[in-house]
Amino acid sequence: MTDQGPLIPRNRAIHPPAYDVAYKTAVTRSPNLPLLSMESTPTEENGPTFGHSTLGPLDNNLILNYTQGKSPAVGERILVHGRVLDENARPVPNTLVEIWQANAGGRYRHKKDTYFAPLDPNFGGCGRTLTDENGYYQFLTIRPGAYPWPNRANDWRPMHIHFSIFGHAFGQRLISQMYFEGDPLIDRCPIAATIKDRSQLDRLVAPLDMSAARPMDFLAYKFDIVLRGRRQTMFENKIEGM
Amino acid sequence: MVQKLDTLIETPSQTAGPYVHIGCIPTFAGVEGIYPEDLGKRAIEDGAKGERITITGSVYDGTGWALRDAMMETWQPDAAGKFPGEAGADPKVNGFCRFAADGESGVFTLETVKPGRVPARGGGTQAPHIAVWIVARGINIGLLTRIYFEDEDNEGDPVLSRIEQRHRVDTLIAKKTGEGRYHFDIRLQGENETVFLDL
Repeated sequence: MTDQGPLIPRNRAIHPPAYDVAYKTAVTRSPNLPLLSMESTPTEENGPTFGHSTLGPLDNNLILNYTQGKSPAVGERILVHGRVLDENARPVPNTLVEIWQANAGGRYRHKKDTYFAPLDPNFGGCGRTLTDENGYYQFLTIRPGAYPWPNRANDWRPMHIHFSIFGHAFGQRLISQMYFEGDPLIDRCPIAATIKDRSQLDRLVAPLDMSAARPMDFLAYKFDIVLRGRRQTMFENKIEGM
Repeated sequence: MVQKLDTLIETPSQTAGPYVHIGCIPTFAGVEGIYPEDLGKRAIEDGAKGERITITGSVYDGTGWALRDAMMETWQPDAAGKFPGEAGADPKVNGFCRFAADGESGVFTLETVKPGRVPARGGGTQAPHIAVWIVARGINIGLLTRIYFEDEDNEGDPVLSRIEQRHRVDTLIAKKTGEGRYHFDIRLQGENETVFLDL
């Protein structure tokens, strides 16, 4: 049992709509009918917790975790770090953050990826970590390459890292993507463009963070994440309509 | 100028994409050796109390094609209606499970215990249910739904009661196909479209 209280309803306007003709797969995978909206219940207000015993020492180091430290991955070495906060601007501590990504050439280690850029024998492409008591997380990885995908004839994904965040309630569950400052492909990507408010898309673009870069070792990008918050429950027991 | 609110805005969602398994179910993607085992591999451990059940089904797109690349997560209480972490909860019930449909057949399988009733907000209880969250290529924000059971008392459940078109309630009810066996299909779009929730 974690923090109690109903979740603040999602502001769906900042999220991508389900249906988007430019992202072709969404055309057949988007519900036609409206969502059923109501206040959260204990089912969504609780969620799984994961302890430190779940994690291995290299889980958040994608440069080394595929070979368990024997040999490093090839590419631009980067630190990706930031905080997980809720809508009330409070840190979300001890929550699981998972990432996955392509290698430096834009190739995923997945049996379904047939792009002819080669696999890196020293790179797997997934990592996970728990936020600390202040909501901080960090990953060491290599910057993923752009890659082509079958949508329109010449569509290329910008460089990106997929993020999966749990929070403390199943209703906070979120999957998103982090993009990199200055990538010209962001403006051409139909998946990035599923977010209709440009200022919201910009929140997924991580700035270069020289303050966290380590000289002669790695550059850094900063990516903060906000999950749904909880409403205060002072008037919870009032009779409905009063 | 009015006072400024000090609240933040949730991070916008993006699709999990076709390679979601690399991060969430690495062995399904063919990635071995990074983690000892996939996270959320089992909803329950041996010795969990309650009725053991197996739920099978598929996730269909708007053309009737079963998705082969979706990732599903489920969350539920134990047989007594307690969520993991609550006082007195069954320590053998993980509550959380992650799985993908079979790459060939498109059929998913969830092995768990039938959940108990849990409280509703403002009194009363909710009928036994399992929360389901679906992400995949082409799904821009995870879809939330629930599995209820046809052999349980679903009368008065606060979520089912809110569905105006009563025939749509049926899309959230798993059909019993044998002792401890249920079938539950999810239709993303079109005829018999599953009710998706915003809770």
